[in-house]
Amino acid sequence: MIAPLSYYLILSAVLFSIGVVGVLVRRNPLVMFMSIELMLNAANLTFVAFSRYFNTIQGQIVVFFILTIAAAEVVVGLAIIVSIFRSKATIDVDQVASLKG
Amino acid sequence: MPTAYLPLLVLQALAVGFTALILAVSFLLGPRRPESHRMVPYESGIRPVQDARRRFPVKFTLVAMLFIVFDVEAVFFYPWAVTYRQLKLFGLIEMLIFVAILLVGYVYIWKRGALEWE
Amino acid sequence: MAPAQVDFVPLIPTIVVTVTALAVLLLGLWLRGEQGIWLAAVSIAGLVAALVFLLGLAGPAVSERRAAFDGMIVADNLSTFFGAVALVIAILTILLSEHVLLIERFSQGEYYALVLLTTVGMLVLTAATDLIVLILGLEILSISLYVLTGFARGRLGSEEAALKYFLLGAFALGFLVYGSALVYGATGTTTFGQIANVLRAPGASSPLLLIGLGLLLVGFGFKLSFVPFHMWTPDVYEGAPSAVTGFMAVGTKAAVFGSLLRILTEAFPALRAEWAAVLWLLAILTMILGNFAAIAQRNVKRMLAYSSIAQAGYIVLAVIAADPLGRAGVMFYVLAYTFMNLGAFAVVVAVADRGDVGTTLDHYVGLARRSPILALAMGVFMLSLAGVPPTAGFMAKLFVFTAAVRAGYVDLAIIGVLTSAVATFYYLRVIVAMYMSAPAEEPAPAPALRVPGPLLALLVIALVATFGLGIFPAVTGDLVGGTLALAK
Repeated sequence: MIAPLSYYLILSAVLFSIGVVGVLVRRNPLVMFMSIELMLNAANLTFVAFSRYFNTIQGQIVVFFILTIAAAEVVVGLAIIVSIFRSKATIDVDQVASLKG
Repeated sequence: MPTAYLPLLVLQALAVGFTALILAVSFLLGPRRPESHRMVPYESGIRPVQDARRRFPVKFTLVAMLFIVFDVEAVFFYPWAVTYRQLKLFGLIEMLIFVAILLVGYVYIWKRGALEWE
Repeated sequence: MAPAQVDFVPLIPTIVVTVTALAVLLLGLWLRGEQGIWLAAVSIAGLVAALVFLLGLAGPAVSERRAAFDGMIVADNLSTFFGAVALVIAILTILLSEHVLLIERFSQGEYYALVLLTTVGMLVLTAATDLIVLILGLEILSISLYVLTGFARGRLGSEEAALKYFLLGAFALGFLVYGSALVYGATGTTTFGQIANVLRAPGASSPLLLIGLGLLLVGFGFKLSFVPFHMWTPDVYEGAPSAVTGFMAVGTKAAVFGSLLRILTEAFPALRAEWAAVLWLLAILTMILGNFAAIAQRNVKRMLAYSSIAQAGYIVLAVIAADPLGRAGVMFYVLAYTFMNLGAFAVVVAVADRGDVGTTLDHYVGLARRSPILALAMGVFMLSLAGVPPTAGFMAKLFVFTAAVRAGYVDLAIIGVLTSAVATFYYLRVIVAMYMSAPAEEPAPAPALRVPGPLLALLVIALVATFGLGIFPAVTGDLVGGTLALAK
């Protein structure tokens, strides 16, 4: 039996919400970033589910692009985090707060 | 049929109940002698030599990041490969341009020394 | 799809800038130090060539839409205008950064290549008529800017700013992508024109669609730093190298407002009541909070950050109006803001000096004596940002407030005028610091500031444009005037 569309939509909505909450409550940039990836993948799941539902390929092509964008973000993000860690030896966002006002 | 799931529910209740019981009993009855080496992680009777969460050399991160970027680009070869017969020469030239752009990035990281291990 | 349908012509300016970026990246491996001037020259040559192609493309038929790639990309007057603004911004940014790169010892090839790639993102974004191309353009723009923000390696402020910008930017991306997914689910397509077609049918609006549109607006809100999605802006503006801050402020505004205008009017005209209501609230919050928070700032870069938030609030007024006058208002405001704000940041760069240290108001005390040119220019830009005639800022505000009143948003226009009056206070404070207050005790007169050639060129261009747009708004280009006539 093929799971109906709504199952995928509910799952992706749950994943997206977990991602949003994760970004808002966690203070470690790596964990925050993983939560963001969760949001992106929730969107990917939605795209693929609808793509299958409409029987068009458009949504699946979109996922290719989002994957690439996410990879580029990962690399730039990790590079920034590594370079902060090198100069500060911590990456907790509450510690990284010389800019306040 | 909800009744068909009843045995599962019973099993679940038993599992949770039994675990809770055992934990409660050992908590209430067991003697407590906190000693320093009881608190260390169990490593087959061998004294742990250091924290398991070691730091890796940052070079690994660099290589991994470069890998991810070039790896993900490969995803665009699939649709091209599938439609290669329809796209013919046009598709080939498009793909060569795509590869040429990747090549610029490759030359750049090579010349900047990102691939040198030492 | 048959290759015969592929039309590369609308993409020519984008391709030119991309090739230039790659060339500069490679050349930068060999050209170092003083030789970097060649990299700047190549970059500017590429950008000018792209500008020529862009305007040449528009020349014969600016009103004629030329769609390509199955309606995913378009060349029309909106894309031509915002594309041209993006290219001009990039050229001015290179003039702004040239000497900074030398004194800070930044690697020049990477810097120019990233500025060019950001421009590519802006060009793609303003020409995008499909959700996925929009996201692609926005990310080319954003990812390049994350790196530029953290370009001062080893300076903690810059790295922190990059981290914050990155995390919030990626967060916004999540909203945009998920919103797009829901819109795709509700309409079965990602192309703007087709979305509008689907929505034209009665009863096409669904909760899924409204949530999707809402998430898209949240994503745009983050990128354009509307209140309450603005919390990253002051920190990022303060931490980033000053030249990058100027580029970021005007560049993202130009491209993302162009894109917002397009998506709202081309994909969601049927939901105008809904998005106008959301933007109405965001505009009020943004205008009020942006201006009042700016008053409390002692750091000029932070002050300009809140000022940019407030200015975004004014531009939204014209977006909400969404009629031809509103469209022209957005365009004129973005153009005016480009020159006055980049000009102001040119002064900030000159005053801040090595290491971006001199950015508080105290560093501006007595600037009129250290460098009359800089003080005069800064004074003009501050007055223009405040909206004093006869500057570009005044005409821009007049434009958007008129558009808002005509469209029936008198309440917004009133709040706009009142908050502008508040804004005058913090803009004038900079002028007061520069001219009136003499340094309390003067151990030794501060050395006169030397203004490097390219920076001086930028200041002159910005000054001429600020007055030109203020005094002759009608003659300053067939683009704005023409668009006013052509926008349907």
